[in-house]
Amino acid sequence: MIAGLDPSVGSRDFTGARDPGDASPAGRSVVVENLTRTFGPITALSQLTVEMPEGVVGLVGANGAGKSTLIKVLLGLLAPTSGGARVLGLDCATQGLAIRQLVGYMPESECLPPDVSATEFVVHMARMSGLPSAVARERTADTLRHVGLYEERYRPIGGYSTGMRQRVKLAQSLVHDPKLVLLDEPTNGLDPAGRDEMLTLIQRISTDFSISVVVTSHLLGELEKISDHLVVIENGVLQRSTSTADATQLSGVVLVEVTDGGPELVARLRAAGAQVADDGGAHTFTVELAGEWVFDAVQDGAADLGVGLVRMQRRRHHLTEIFRPEQEGADVQR
Amino acid sequence: MSSVEPVPGTAASAASAAPAASAVPAASAGPAQPAAPTGDVIHDIGFRHYDGQRFGRGWVVRSLLVETVRGVFGLGRPAKSKVMPWVLIAILLIPPLVIAVVILLTGGNELGISYTQYPGSMELVISLFVAGAAPYCVSRDLRHGVMPLYLSRPMRRSDYVLAKFGGLAISMFAVLALAETLLLVGALLMKLPVGAQLVGWAGGILTVAILALILSGIALVIAAFTLRRGVGVAAIITGLLVVSGVVQILIAIAKDKGYPTVASYLPALNPYGLVDGIAVRLLGVEPSNSTAYPAGPLGLLVFGSLAVATVGACLAILIRRYQKVGGV
Repeated sequence: MIAGLDPSVGSRDFTGARDPGDASPAGRSVVVENLTRTFGPITALSQLTVEMPEGVVGLVGANGAGKSTLIKVLLGLLAPTSGGARVLGLDCATQGLAIRQLVGYMPESECLPPDVSATEFVVHMARMSGLPSAVARERTADTLRHVGLYEERYRPIGGYSTGMRQRVKLAQSLVHDPKLVLLDEPTNGLDPAGRDEMLTLIQRISTDFSISVVVTSHLLGELEKISDHLVVIENGVLQRSTSTADATQLSGVVLVEVTDGGPELVARLRAAGAQVADDGGAHTFTVELAGEWVFDAVQDGAADLGVGLVRMQRRRHHLTEIFRPEQEGADVQR
Repeated sequence: MSSVEPVPGTAASAASAAPAASAVPAASAGPAQPAAPTGDVIHDIGFRHYDGQRFGRGWVVRSLLVETVRGVFGLGRPAKSKVMPWVLIAILLIPPLVIAVVILLTGGNELGISYTQYPGSMELVISLFVAGAAPYCVSRDLRHGVMPLYLSRPMRRSDYVLAKFGGLAISMFAVLALAETLLLVGALLMKLPVGAQLVGWAGGILTVAILALILSGIALVIAAFTLRRGVGVAAIITGLLVVSGVVQILIAIAKDKGYPTVASYLPALNPYGLVDGIAVRLLGVEPSNSTAYPAGPLGLLVFGSLAVATVGACLAILIRRYQKVGGV
């Protein structure tokens, strides 16, 4: 499967090989070492070694890639066949209870009883995470507000829309103030608007709530927007583990759009020694970013010509651009 | 958070001082007091972290048990979930009440029914109660996929089983014990000898406790294998009624064919007969429905071990069942 890939790709983000038993890794919420899990003849995870930093980590893979199996191992609910994993410095094989006290989990499947209200249910789940009753009630009210459930939280869950249910599922994973939440396909079944809201919410969990997130999806595109780090697995094998900033680094090209006088500005820039490429439209072009002076040249040129500068934007690579050739390469190898 | 809060106020006052160019002061304030999206910050108190105490498994199991007991009585559930349990509880409490009232009015000198005979006489209602409650306890979580949420909590799979079993057994015991206590109240109003009545009542309490354990175990096992609540209710009620009926027929046949010893052991196959047999041999009380039970310590031993084995087997089956449940 990975024969077509550069063998260094999979391990490029943790070249500084550390002790396997390195406890409580600063800045790393999840450390997986040589993890293999088989179900009879099926290998769900194969020799998986990966580290997930704090912040939002996107776990990408097709259905059946082993994402859910990995989450179950991390929760201490499934024993590894070989190898091991540590979550927040705790061993998944032996310290499952301690891990589950500090970790929140939002399952992929439908998991809410219809005959209780969101408030009742989340209070119950908060107690089930070890919170005293009074704290459970207080934090439930807070958490439901944070995920965007207001008056409807007193109605039975049976009458909720998919979007509201997803919010309740998210709330029960956050209510006990975990250090890390594992979100399994949180955007499943949501319409585009709901999807964007959920993604924004997930980003807030990391930035505003300071809770680390591991979020799975089979859609790379939606995770690229919110993740700080991406882990791609396929058929239980690590394909890539990379920080999103690295992957979407600036491409060194500036997109410029002006209201008028595009050709004149292009001529001026060329005269100044910049590499300019037309980008189709008369008033839109891209400039090779040879140095900081290019920005000044564009700005000054536009000012001198008296044209409005609509946009001056550094282009980023999209993750899909980066992964696509490799995916195709892998397919060819197949 | 608190360091950020004054910022919008400052920006707002600056803006009101120069209303003609409100954007300018805000922009000029920008570099000095960075990143304060006015309006957003004022009402949002932010996500509060919790550094207080987190209880362990004991509290978690207790919470689940309490939630189960509440749910059995329909508390915290919609009104229609309260109807069945409370109607049945009312029916269960009516005979003791009627007896107490009749005694009060007519001044009789004995209870119409003994403490240990009472559960046997209310067999159908008790079966209906447990048939309604057990599926609520377990089928609901299985059917709606709630198990992954429980399993991701700091507890073990067997903790879930024990909490649900404990919750249902305690609920049943509470209802039956209340009925027994009403009988005692009636007896005391009648001015029957207090000592003897207290002993009888204690025997009744013991009997319903054993009955609650056995019925809860059996009902939960059936419910844990039926995902649909209605199917679970039907399966439990038919199971208990069919067993009871078949045992009655078998006893009659055994007697008819001249095997009184066999006939005396057969009631053990019916939970109500099993418990009544234990009560008769252990406490020396009158059997309900004048059933004949095996004589002597051997009978008690057989019936007692069977009761323990039933509860143990039910728990073992449940724990085994829950090793694979929840998709996790």
